[in-house]
Amino acid sequence: MKVDVSKLLRKKKKEIFESWLNNQLVDETLREDLISNEEMREQSNALLDTLLNSISNTNIAEPSSPEFESVNEILQGLSISRARQGFSPRETGAFIYSLKDAIIHVLQLEIPNDPVLLYELMLKISRLFDRFGVVTFETFIQGREEVILRQTSEITEISTPVIRVWDGILALPIIGTLDSSRTQVVMEALLQEIVETSSSIAILDISGVPAVDSLVAQHLIKTVAATRLMGAECIISGIRPEIAQTIVHLGIDLSKIMTKSSLASALKYSFSLLQLEVRKTQKEKTNIIHG
Amino acid sequence: MDRIPILRMGQFLLVTIQIDLYDRLAVNLESDLVQMVSKTGARGVLIDISALTIVDSFMGRILGNIGNMSKIMDAETVVVGMQPAVAITLIELGLELQGVSTALNVEKGMLYLQEKIGNQIEAADDEDGVE
Amino acid sequence: MKIEREQDVVPFRNRVKEFAVKIGMSLVNQTKLITAASELVRNMLKYANGGSVIIEIINQGRDNGIRLIFDDKGPGIKDIPLALKDGFSTGKSLGIGLPGARRLVSEFDIKSVEGKGTVVTIIKWKNG
Repeated sequence: MKVDVSKLLRKKKKEIFESWLNNQLVDETLREDLISNEEMREQSNALLDTLLNSISNTNIAEPSSPEFESVNEILQGLSISRARQGFSPRETGAFIYSLKDAIIHVLQLEIPNDPVLLYELMLKISRLFDRFGVVTFETFIQGREEVILRQTSEITEISTPVIRVWDGILALPIIGTLDSSRTQVVMEALLQEIVETSSSIAILDISGVPAVDSLVAQHLIKTVAATRLMGAECIISGIRPEIAQTIVHLGIDLSKIMTKSSLASALKYSFSLLQLEVRKTQKEKTNIIHG
Repeated sequence: MDRIPILRMGQFLLVTIQIDLYDRLAVNLESDLVQMVSKTGARGVLIDISALTIVDSFMGRILGNIGNMSKIMDAETVVVGMQPAVAITLIELGLELQGVSTALNVEKGMLYLQEKIGNQIEAADDEDGVE
Repeated sequence: MKIEREQDVVPFRNRVKEFAVKIGMSLVNQTKLITAASELVRNMLKYANGGSVIIEIINQGRDNGIRLIFDDKGPGIKDIPLALKDGFSTGKSLGIGLPGARRLVSEFDIKSVEGKGTVVTIIKWKNG
């Protein structure tokens, strides 16, 4: 007995669709919070339509056939948008694999008397869907990677706040690892702010930097040198004991750089550079008076 | 031939570079400035480079030369208004402009020169004293 | 673009800037690229009495960049690793032109045949 699979599937589209939707609805991974029923219906319908239009008796055995290009496109679109919406890979996978279950279910009902043919078809369908699954996961990961990239650049931007602590004094707390692209951002932000506020002292606080190796030290030295070229003084503060240890052990020369252990002492030093004086008023309120 | 104008302000000479210099112009500036320092007996030279978008090693060397030459002739040089991008590039290039002081803008540069020269005069006074 | 006299340097720098602005390079990267280009052009004028430069925009995946190829028919460079060392110069200069230019760009390639000339290729990526 010869069966035209593609025709059979097309004829049974309605059953497949209902069974697929049902599969998705009963699935415990269904995310009703992320996707509405209508939307899911629409997406499922579009995918099934395209799949049934591209499938033929010959290409069912060739998952890499170019005729499935449009199916792949839809899958890629879906999984990218799902990755961005925050679906887990399992949930995204369930979407495509539940369609496989639906198709196999229909085939079982339609071909009750020919186990050999059924087996053969199931194998082909399985292969086809494995392929679709791989495409889905690939794109899903890609989508996630894009999210990560975007977040990285956001972090770089927001993690370099330049604070104006006093008239003429800027502070820049650095948190996290200092690599060369980060240094560039830090340097640019700092120098720009120096020009805008015409501040003459900048304090780089590195208490939030987990480790200082020779490369990081190099970056710090560069930043200080650039600040000096602009005509401002740069103080590095927040040097923890373990960082002081590594710096000395590595033989890094920071002697040309003004370093202070805490932001407070750097600030105190800045005041003295600007000839400012901090003192208590008689009412026991701290106040700062220009010297 | 084009020349960069040099203004005289009391004890100081003021130069504002407003175009990207080609080499000849920069070399001329160097010799003109040194001449002016000797002619006027200026005690300070202020060079405003806020309009310069590029300072390469040649220009950096000219600035350094001016600083060192003026120093020999007892004048302080201060370079003001360097753009952040220029500063970052110079550091990356490996040039630190030794021999010249820097300040953020003309005002701070002036203040710096006045202080520096004021101090020298005071120091000279001290030497005259009993100490 | 031909570079024959030192007056050509400023127009050349402006050309490079136009290209860098076109692809939306950040100001700092623009400045780095132009400074590097300026160093190399100066070398070309000083040691080879000029030469030619090709400026082009290139793409690699999502990244755009600018490639400059400096081609001269000068005496060539005998010892390239030595020429790339900081503080080395056969002329009377600081000797930071070549190594400095290399630090300022993303990719740097130099080929030279003694007596025939030198070709320096630099690439600066928009975000690199």
